[in-house]
Amino acid sequence: MSTEVIPIEALQAAGKPWTETLHEWVTTVDHKRLGLLYIVLALLFLVVGGVEALIMRIQLVHAHNTFVSPQVFNRLFTMHGTTMIFFVAMPILFGFANYLVPLMIGARDMAFPRLNAFSFWLSALGGLLLYFSLLGGSGLYGAGNAPDVGWWAYAPLTAKAFSPGHSSDYWTIAVMLSGFGSVGTAINIIATILSMRCPGMHLGRMPLLAWLNLVMSGMVLITVTPLTAAQLMLLVDRYLGGHFFDTQAGGSAVLWMHFFWIFGHPEVYVLILPCFAFISEIVPVFSRKPIFGYPVMVGATICIGFVSMSVWAHHMFTIGMNSYANSFFTITTMAVGIPTGIKIFNWLGTMWGGRIQFKTPMLFCVGFLFQFLIAGLTGIMLASAPFDWQLGNSYFVVAHFHYVIVGGILFALFAAFYYWYPKITGRMLSESLGKLHFWLFVIGFHATFDTMHIPGILGMPRRIYTYEPGRGWDALNLVVSVGTAIQAIAILIFVWNLISSYWKGARAGNDPWDAWTLEWSVASPPPAYNFASIPAVASRRPLWDLKHPEDPDSLYE
Amino acid sequence: MKFPLKSFEPPGRIALSLVCLAAAGRADNSTSIFAPAATPAHAIFGLSMFVLAVTGLIFVVVFTLLAYAVIKFRGRAGDGGREPAQVYGSTQIELAWTVIPVLIVVVLFLATARVIHAIQDAPKPASAVDVTVIGHQFWWEFRYPKLGIVTANEMHIPVSDPAHPTPTFLKLLSADTDHSFWVPTLAGKTDLIPNRVNEMWLDPSRVGIYLGQCAQYCGTQHAKMLLRVSVDSAADFDRWVRAEQQAGAQDAKVVAGKRVFETTACINCHAINGTAADGRFGPDLTHLMSRATLASGGAENTSALLRLWIQNPDAIKPGSLMPAMKLNDADLDAVVAYLETLR
Repeated sequence: MSTEVIPIEALQAAGKPWTETLHEWVTTVDHKRLGLLYIVLALLFLVVGGVEALIMRIQLVHAHNTFVSPQVFNRLFTMHGTTMIFFVAMPILFGFANYLVPLMIGARDMAFPRLNAFSFWLSALGGLLLYFSLLGGSGLYGAGNAPDVGWWAYAPLTAKAFSPGHSSDYWTIAVMLSGFGSVGTAINIIATILSMRCPGMHLGRMPLLAWLNLVMSGMVLITVTPLTAAQLMLLVDRYLGGHFFDTQAGGSAVLWMHFFWIFGHPEVYVLILPCFAFISEIVPVFSRKPIFGYPVMVGATICIGFVSMSVWAHHMFTIGMNSYANSFFTITTMAVGIPTGIKIFNWLGTMWGGRIQFKTPMLFCVGFLFQFLIAGLTGIMLASAPFDWQLGNSYFVVAHFHYVIVGGILFALFAAFYYWYPKITGRMLSESLGKLHFWLFVIGFHATFDTMHIPGILGMPRRIYTYEPGRGWDALNLVVSVGTAIQAIAILIFVWNLISSYWKGARAGNDPWDAWTLEWSVASPPPAYNFASIPAVASRRPLWDLKHPEDPDSLYE
Repeated sequence: MKFPLKSFEPPGRIALSLVCLAAAGRADNSTSIFAPAATPAHAIFGLSMFVLAVTGLIFVVVFTLLAYAVIKFRGRAGDGGREPAQVYGSTQIELAWTVIPVLIVVVLFLATARVIHAIQDAPKPASAVDVTVIGHQFWWEFRYPKLGIVTANEMHIPVSDPAHPTPTFLKLLSADTDHSFWVPTLAGKTDLIPNRVNEMWLDPSRVGIYLGQCAQYCGTQHAKMLLRVSVDSAADFDRWVRAEQQAGAQDAKVVAGKRVFETTACINCHAINGTAADGRFGPDLTHLMSRATLASGGAENTSALLRLWIQNPDAIKPGSLMPAMKLNDADLDAVVAYLETLR
């Protein structure tokens, strides 16, 4: 293995005009640059989606508030959901996968660099079109509108009769483009992992991050395609007189629900698996122990991949399925908790007996573990169909899935940012700002999302722009809104940390965390070609072997 | 190093405080799922307590283990940079924490399946009351096919005595988009979906008003598609049925208002039994004054608000499909006077 860097002057010439730099970024096919483009795009949309959430929380501060109109509120939650899922979570996770997978498996790039660039620009165009709906949503007569059909876009709300103009077409096409991009990237990740591993790295020696992204990509291929097909059918309905979902012409609203959720539920796992990947890489390094039960972790991942494909109709417990269907989707949904639970136990096993270092990445991992535990348990509650008849579509569900997405996915992403930022930029993020960010965010998160469960139990449905006084919801909603403000401040600190550390952060060096996977063997930031000579590995922790030649992993695996 | 112990509230405690909340909110306007007043809601309440207990126990155990690991195994200054023992896994432990969750899932599933079956496959007794519920943007239509009644937004059903049960069976339909019928104290929700017939049942054990609202996003005014269920004693219910079966009042004093009603766009959408008005796009107004609210619960049924509702519906429920009628003051007063005779 090589740890030296061969500087190639031509690639690093200083003093280029900015147009040339811009041109390089726009035309790049380098997996690291595309990864960064994905991440920057997602961060921009994260701010937009976050502002949408803040406006909604201001509206819900007290009963019968009139901060925004119902029309605006409905557009806000539609745009918030669509933005956060399709243009924040997906691209940011693909960004990390793009950046990290080749480096961690000892490859010089993704298998299909041009497809990679194509996929990114498709996704970016999708996001752009979604927001262009603000201008073009109602055609050219001047009254632009964003879509207001909810991020599930349930039929028949999307039919011409209920959604005139073009706003929901922008939604359809945005989601479809993002879907094409996702499928392209998924194919790329699978091909890269299956065919570009460095010598010695058989599947059983791959970092867990690669395994989890492999399974995630397989799931994307299976689940995003039905959604894209459904979008095409919806366009046929709206413009070519098809009647798939047009209930006024005998179409089926339930058909759309199946199409949407056969994508929608596995999507949750598509998002959480890469986060499991971050946790599985970061927890061992800061516990100073290898991951506990690597083969079981791989098995549990594959198991989640399969079982999570058979749980979608738990989003449809209230549509009047018969008792057998409800029972079936109850048990499959509960069953997916088993491999997920095994993962939590294995991370616990990894920390057990270790010497845990509470650097900022590890703090976010610990936050993830506690919060994901709670999110999983409220998930088990909602898996019980009768419980869901009460709490489905209530604020309890909103709290549950934000616990997964914010408490789980976002915390894992913050961990990943603090962990890999030094590799990506060559500078450390500020630890003190990081800890401030962590604690503020923990406080804001729990104020918002712990509290949010209760109005659901007290009968508050989601997607309402205002609510009736006297039902015990007012004070709780106020606390929820105050929590979001605290989270917003924490995010600002994070963004400031990202920006200021880029210039002022301490030099990171190749391996600031004393870690074990291949990306830490190259310079920070890594050169365009990643590895001057392709490394060869003999175990899952090649850098451990290098640092401990007297006691290498390869003896035990 | 610390970790966020304080900010985590165990679900057990949350549950407990919720039960207190539910008890405190056990007034007539409670919409808490923990204040059940009918068999389906009771069955779900019992199941939720069981599921909460099991998940609460799992939470306490795993939380304790995690907290212990985080505190006990934190790195200390005196470690001298030595690495801890490198442990790669343990088959026995892996097996244990696979088998135990499997057993828990089986138990939870069996308890759940029982309740699913008990609620969904309950036989319908001959004494049951039938109501057809039709969801509209953004109001509820209630039809009693056996009794020949059509009304809106406020459903009357009889209290069900366990000795002589008179449950109400709802047939759920939609006229436009998806809706969902949710009165948390009586039962879980069931969706109203166009081109589909759904069913649910209620057997309230106490007389009173039970509140709920649409729980499936159905368009602009989803938020103000509120529900009131009035559970009446057998005698009160009979009285209500007889009153509802009458045609609309014909009071000579308000004939001017009736004429305005019958000669403007009102009749395109509204019906008043016994008059020329037979529109079905909006709520039936034959007995408008028997209802406590207007605009599907959006406003109290008072003279002033009724006037406002006719003149400028957006002031009460922006985005509702009721148009501003743009009547002159005389006609408006006449129509309001007429509507107020529809008892």
